[in-house]
Amino acid sequence: MKWIGRSVLGALVLTVLAIGGWLLLASRGGELATPSAASVTAENLRDPALIARGRYLTIVGDCAACHTAQGGQPYAGGRSVSTPFGNIPASNLTPDRTTGIGQWSFADFWRALHAGRGRRGELLYPAFPYTSYTRVTRDDALAMFAYLQTLAPVHTTPGASGLDFPYSMRSSLAAWRAMYFNEGGYRPEPAKSPAWNRGAYLVQGLGHCNECHAARDALGGVSGHPALSGGRIPELDWYAPDLSTRAGGGLKGWSEQDIVDLLQTGRSAKGVAFGPMADVVAGSTQYMSGDDLRAIATYLHALPPRAQLAEAMPQFDARALARQGGEIYGQHCADCHGKDGTGVAGVYPPLDGNSAVTEPTGINATRMVLLGGFAPLTGANPRPYSMPPFAQQLNDSEVSAVVSYIRHAWTNRASVVRPEDVSRYRHTPLD
Amino acid sequence: MPSRVHASRPYNCMMNTSPGTHLTRIHAAAAWFVAVTFVGASGHAVAAAKVPDTLQQRIAACTACHGVHGEGALKSGFFPRLAGKPAVYLARQLQNFQDGLRKYAPMEYTVRQLSPAYMREIAGYFAAQQVPYTRSPVPNASAAMLRRGEQLTSHGDPALKVPACSSCHGTQLTGVQPSIPALVGLPYDYVSSQLGSWRTGTRASAAPDCMAVIARRLGASDISAVATWLASRELPADMQAQPAGSIKPPLRCGVLGDHGGGA
Repeated sequence: MKWIGRSVLGALVLTVLAIGGWLLLASRGGELATPSAASVTAENLRDPALIARGRYLTIVGDCAACHTAQGGQPYAGGRSVSTPFGNIPASNLTPDRTTGIGQWSFADFWRALHAGRGRRGELLYPAFPYTSYTRVTRDDALAMFAYLQTLAPVHTTPGASGLDFPYSMRSSLAAWRAMYFNEGGYRPEPAKSPAWNRGAYLVQGLGHCNECHAARDALGGVSGHPALSGGRIPELDWYAPDLSTRAGGGLKGWSEQDIVDLLQTGRSAKGVAFGPMADVVAGSTQYMSGDDLRAIATYLHALPPRAQLAEAMPQFDARALARQGGEIYGQHCADCHGKDGTGVAGVYPPLDGNSAVTEPTGINATRMVLLGGFAPLTGANPRPYSMPPFAQQLNDSEVSAVVSYIRHAWTNRASVVRPEDVSRYRHTPLD
Repeated sequence: MPSRVHASRPYNCMMNTSPGTHLTRIHAAAAWFVAVTFVGASGHAVAAAKVPDTLQQRIAACTACHGVHGEGALKSGFFPRLAGKPAVYLARQLQNFQDGLRKYAPMEYTVRQLSPAYMREIAGYFAAQQVPYTRSPVPNASAAMLRRGEQLTSHGDPALKVPACSSCHGTQLTGVQPSIPALVGLPYDYVSSQLGSWRTGTRASAAPDCMAVIARRLGASDISAVATWLASRELPADMQAQPAGSIKPPLRCGVLGDHGGGA
């Protein structure tokens, strides 16, 4: 079935490919304007201030998260990035001359970041989020390039692409790009404050937040939905929530300080970062400057209200489910999260009104119950508290009951989670 | 994308189902409110929480499976006792899970971003716990199998180039500070699965990985024999690990700073 589905999809892609490829060729004017080699000298690449800024920016971009294998050297690549179309190995960003970017010029680097093309001009797979990075300024790209060139070269064995046909053909990317990729920089909005513009630049560009926090369609593109309006992360099976703080938003009621707190310390009065976001906080946002974090908060806080989803209704034997869920909650959850779901400030997150609990799919609450885990480890919280995993203690119906309970208790009004959903998330790979 | 997510929206009911069904759903929703309110009101009394600022409180993610004092899960051989194991050994295991040398998804997920300092602190907590050992069930085994287990454990098998377990894990198999764990008191399931993991590469340690070498020299029946004999052995009165430097390992071992012979 899966195979047939993929074949049909594949045929579809090939059809779209032909049209899209033509569109792309027709629409492409001249070559991308790359900076002249003369303006980038070996000497100014050694500028310590430039290198320091580049180090900061690669952390903001969280480049190491994908470009580092588990237990491997930072930035040396080797991690396999899973997508619904197959696995894509992340490349080596250290200046090794044969397996890294040791022979790359800045023009090569700029073209990859800005235009999504490799050193030989080949189209890069958008698992590398150039769809966002295209907004990064040339100055910032130069700083990052200067920093990466100072890393110790690591010689690696490149991983083989595990992409399925027809995605294994790079030419299929031309169609994809015609549909989903708009090359171009960030255009400041003069009517907005400098902080808002800085926040927008970081969120839409290097931060590449929309790559997770928006729904993807069947071809893996982000379009047709408002930016940052939340979406399921393919393969990882987590739900990256809507980031609007206004009515109907996933972060409804969050203050700018709550946003700064979460990104800087891993926790806020409204919730704790977990799953992939815990990794983002631990590896990236905790190191961002106060000014940049406040700029991000300013920008996110100004996102528009969202259409209110109608209240979800329970679908099956509600009374028995709620009673069972309530009992499990009292036994296993209330000690930390409180019987009223308010949590303990600074230690255990509230569950009442928490977007992680009420997001549309129920994936996050279900997987938190199954996996537990530590809050992000940050400079501000070096010895985090943790939640026990319940995968061993509770069966699928029990997890379904307690998750459905917390999704509908207090002021929460979200749909039930079925035992078969729990069963599925129980077996989701963890990386 | 899951259509079920929105399947419970009221307008779906209006469009796709009869008014009768819609009414039922409203009743169901009302029942839910009543039930939630009822259970919520009669929920367990919770002390207005002042959360203890202790490591034990912080590491609930660990103790849920390994026990509050690291006593291990009595019902399952796969959540081993941590109490009293050498701290350096435990910290190294956490690091190995983080680096993917030991493969077990829930552990890799749990420790994935802990700092070396926090992992050492957690390891120190479990190393310092003193709780009585409990015996786990011993599988039925023939006398011949037990003899084979004892032979491998206490004397090794020169033909297979397998040294005695006791040559590294201590004369009483209670471990050796700072890096070698005890083998007594471990359940059959745990010992056999770990030796199997070394053979299949889902458990590894710093190179040269002497345990991988040994596990690959053992056959499946030998692994079973060793695990059975270890699980069936009476526990020595003193379970403390031997002092550092009290053994001369017969193989080169990365975890021991690459000391030892070259078998």
